[in-house]
Amino acid sequence: MSTNYNMILAGFGGQGILFAGKVIAYAGLMEDKEISWLPSYGPEMRGGTANCSVCISDKAIGSPLVTAPNALIAMNLPSFDKFIDTVVPGGTVVVDSFLIDKKVDREDVKAFYVPATKLAEENGLKGLANIILVGKLFKELGFCSEESLYKAIEKCVPARKANMLELNKKAIKIGMEQ
Amino acid sequence: MGERFLMKGNEALAEAAIQAGCRHFFGYPITPQTELAAYMSKRMPKVGGTYLQAESELAAANMVLGCSSAGCRAMTSSSSPGISLKTEAISYMAGSDVPALIINVQRGGPGLGGIQPSQADYWQATKATGHGDFQILVFAPATVQEMVNLVGKAFDLGDKYRMPAMILADGMLGQMMEPVEIPDGSDLKLPEKPWATNGHQNKREHNIINSLYLTPQALEKLVKERFERYEIIKKNEQMAEEYLTEDADIIVVAYGASARVSHSAVDLARAQGIRAGLIRPITLWPFPTDALQKAAQTAKKFLCVEMSMGQMIDDVKLSINCSKPVAFYGRTGGMIPTPEEVLDEIIKLGGEK
Repeated sequence: MSTNYNMILAGFGGQGILFAGKVIAYAGLMEDKEISWLPSYGPEMRGGTANCSVCISDKAIGSPLVTAPNALIAMNLPSFDKFIDTVVPGGTVVVDSFLIDKKVDREDVKAFYVPATKLAEENGLKGLANIILVGKLFKELGFCSEESLYKAIEKCVPARKANMLELNKKAIKIGMEQ
Repeated sequence: MGERFLMKGNEALAEAAIQAGCRHFFGYPITPQTELAAYMSKRMPKVGGTYLQAESELAAANMVLGCSSAGCRAMTSSSSPGISLKTEAISYMAGSDVPALIINVQRGGPGLGGIQPSQADYWQATKATGHGDFQILVFAPATVQEMVNLVGKAFDLGDKYRMPAMILADGMLGQMMEPVEIPDGSDLKLPEKPWATNGHQNKREHNIINSLYLTPQALEKLVKERFERYEIIKKNEQMAEEYLTEDADIIVVAYGASARVSHSAVDLARAQGIRAGLIRPITLWPFPTDALQKAAQTAKKFLCVEMSMGQMIDDVKLSINCSKPVAFYGRTGGMIPTPEEVLDEIIKLGGEK
C-alpha cells in the first residue's frame, strides 16, 4: 500500500471542502506523518470551484501543490471536469453522484459514486456531505487508522460547535457503509 | 516537544511574533497575507497588545517606525504591492537605526500583478527596500515551522544590529497548513534599548531618532559606520541549508517555496543516479556566500531555481565569482514550478549518472 497520498478535494465554496481536507490532514498528523494542506485562494472561490491539496507522506513534503493526485474527491461538475484528467493511473476518485450527473470515462482509475448530499439530508446531516465523502475515501484507501480519523474530527470541530462532533462521526460511518 | 498542531503559515507568523514579545502590529489587509492581520486582530487585545488597521500601508509602516523608536517590538506585514508602499518608511527606519519586523507574503507582480505565490520581490528585499545606501536583514523560510523559528530570530537580530528585518515568504507558505510547534515566550527577556525615545523624566540625556543629516560629512560618516556593521553581519549571520552537496556535480540553489520543489527534484535526480544537491539560502541578506564558495570547489554546475525571471541568480554568480556555470530555471506570475520541471533542467545540464 502506498504511504504517500496526494489528494485534491474540490467543489463549490460552502460545501466544506477546505474543512474536509483539514480533517484528512489532521488524521495524518495523528499518525506522525508529514502532512501539508494548501487551499485555493483565487477569485475562483467566489462561485466557481474551491479546492485544496492535501499531502500525507513519510518524507518531507516538497511542493504542497498537488498537480497529479492519487486521490480526488469531487463535489461539483466544474471541479470534476477540471481535475479528473489529472488523477494518476491507479488513483481513486470519489464523486458526489447526487450533484454530478456524469461518470468517469477513464478505465485506469478507481471511481466510486456516493450520493453524499442526498444521504446527508436524509440522515439529518445537512452540510456534512463532505465528511460522508471523506468516510468513503477512508474506506477505500485507509490513509490512516479509524481512531486517528475520529481524533482528527475532534481536533477540527471547534469547542463552541461540540454538538457537531457526533454528527461528523456519524457522517464518516455513513460514508464507510457506501 | 510540545504538541504539534496544524496552522496556516500566516497565522503561525502572527503567533510566533506574539511569543517573540511583539505587542504592536500595524497593518492593512491584502491577499495572500490577510490571515496574519486577522489573527493579530483577535490575539493582540487578549495579550494586552495593540492591533491597528491603519488607513494605508504607508501609515502602517510609519506607525511601526514610531513605535520601534519608542523601543517596542513592532511589526507590519503585507504582500508585494503593499510592501512597495512601505518602502519609504523602511528606508527611514534603516536611516534611523531602528529595528522592526516587516513580513512580505509575496504575490505575482509587477503592479497589482496577481494574488498567487511569487518570489519576484527578491531584488526589492535584498537590494533596494527604499531609497539610499542601506541593507535590511532578509530571512527566507521554507516551511511553516521555519517561519515560526525565523520570526524570533529576525526580531533578535534586528535589535542586536539596530536595523529592520524582513521575512520574505510567499503566498504558498502563507496559505498552507503544516504541523507546527510554537515556542512559549512567557519567560522571554527583551534586550534593553538605551537609545529609545521613551521618556527620560529628566534622569538622562534625551535621545533623538532621526534620519535627516544636512551635513554631507556627517551623513557619510554615519553611512560608513552602518556599512561596517553590515560587514560584521555578513561575516557572522549567513544561514543556508546544504542537502547532498558533498559529492554533487550539479547544485540547485533555491530558497523558500521553490527550494521545497527543488528538494523533491534533487531526490528524483538521485533516484536516477544523478549526483545532484541543493543549497537553500535561509538568509538572503546576508547572502550565504560561504556555502556557495565551498560548493563551487567541487560542483561542476549550478542551477538557480526561482519563482521569478531570475533575481537571486545574480548573487549566486557574484558569490562564486562566476567560477562555475550558473543556469536558471524559473516560473513567474504566480506559477509554481513542479519537481519534474526542475528535474528536466538538471538532466539538460548533463547530470552524470
